[in-house]
Amino acid sequence: MAGNREFLNRRLHSLLGVIPIGVFLLQHLVVNHFATGGAESFNKAADFMGNLPFRIILETVVIYLPILFHAIYGLYIAFTAKNNAGKYGYFRNWMFLLQRVSGVITLIFITWHVWQTRVAAAFGAHVNYDMMADILSSPFMFGFYLIGIISTIFHFANGLWSFFVSWGITVSPRSQVISTYFTIGVFVILSIVGIRTLLAFV
Amino acid sequence: MSENKTVKFIVTRQDSPDSAPYDEEFELAYRPNMNVISALMEIRRNPVNTKGQTTTPITWDSNCLEEVCGACSMVINGKPRQSCSSLVDQLEQPIRLEPMRTFPVVRDLQVDRSRMFDALKKVKAWIPIDGTYDLGPGPRMPEKKRQWAYELSKCMTCGVCLEACPNVNSSSSFIGPQPLSQVRLFNAHPTGEMNRSERLEAIMGDGGLANCGNSQNCVQSCPKGIPLTTSIAALNRDTTIQAFRNFFGSDNA
Repeated sequence: MAGNREFLNRRLHSLLGVIPIGVFLLQHLVVNHFATGGAESFNKAADFMGNLPFRIILETVVIYLPILFHAIYGLYIAFTAKNNAGKYGYFRNWMFLLQRVSGVITLIFITWHVWQTRVAAAFGAHVNYDMMADILSSPFMFGFYLIGIISTIFHFANGLWSFFVSWGITVSPRSQVISTYFTIGVFVILSIVGIRTLLAFV
Repeated sequence: MSENKTVKFIVTRQDSPDSAPYDEEFELAYRPNMNVISALMEIRRNPVNTKGQTTTPITWDSNCLEEVCGACSMVINGKPRQSCSSLVDQLEQPIRLEPMRTFPVVRDLQVDRSRMFDALKKVKAWIPIDGTYDLGPGPRMPEKKRQWAYELSKCMTCGVCLEACPNVNSSSSFIGPQPLSQVRLFNAHPTGEMNRSERLEAIMGDGGLANCGNSQNCVQSCPKGIPLTTSIAALNRDTTIQAFRNFFGSDNA
């Protein structure tokens, strides 16, 4: 295996972004969408998730470790690129740039989001509808969450497109174009889910 | 008749590999059907810049003058391309000439393209048929496949794809699109296929295939229209299978 650590790391980076991180993102967005049914509906869903057995192990294996690897290696990837979308303004080159920009924004957002909710919970705060309503009552935080959520969903949707290429699933130009439409659909649908949830807290 | 018509050039010059680059402007009489190389030759004949100072002739690389050898690539008005096929009539003036800085600059517009030839060695972009006895004729290649492979074989190692790629730079070890597509070409050949896994393993090493970030600038920039990103995606599939074979074990394929 020595000598192709980079191959392994890049493939692992690509895989982890979809499984489990992407799957977790889908689950997180869907469960949070219960907020549109009112405070009680959200609290019921949040309590169910929060009281899952082996919660710490699940969080560590499914969320923390994969995100940590994806984030650290992702930063390395982002900063070894010499972006040139100004000179070569092709669609995919812009997506290449946006993938790196959204990755960094997403990392900042997630770090803050985990601190504000999960770490706060570890220190005794109760994660419920009121907590989020309280956070989002500040217009600045609402804007921060809006940008953070859109950025995360974009990074996931466009990352899904690259995942299909990186693993050799979409090879022909035609399949890559269809895959672009598909991932734009993923971006739009998940954005609607995310924004609807966000608006349910204000 | 076109006595007053002139062509203006801004050339990025550099006296030695380590010295700082600087711009110099030239203005020369227009002639019909000029290309960038004929203009550079004209400047070489009478190396005087727009300030009226006599300067050194501009250094550049060129060979075939018909967009086949790849030697004369440079950045013309912001985009890398061959200077032999860049016609002055089709370019916006002043015409800006710069070296492809992804490569080490030797002098002025001449760059050292050896990293691409080293890359071809690294990925074994050839078909080994030498031996101690006559191996006889190899397997035949279907005509349809030959026509398809011909497109990949048009690569002239000009370096435009590497210049356009955001992941080929001094802080990255990425080998670039050019040698990768050659792996696909030689792996497609009925005799070359016998060394398929060797080539795949070479591009699975550090600085190899996995560093592609899918900006797809290469396929947009290639002067020969080689489907570079299709090659990369196809190799992604081949290396996925190769990686499974290597790890879980299979026959010696």
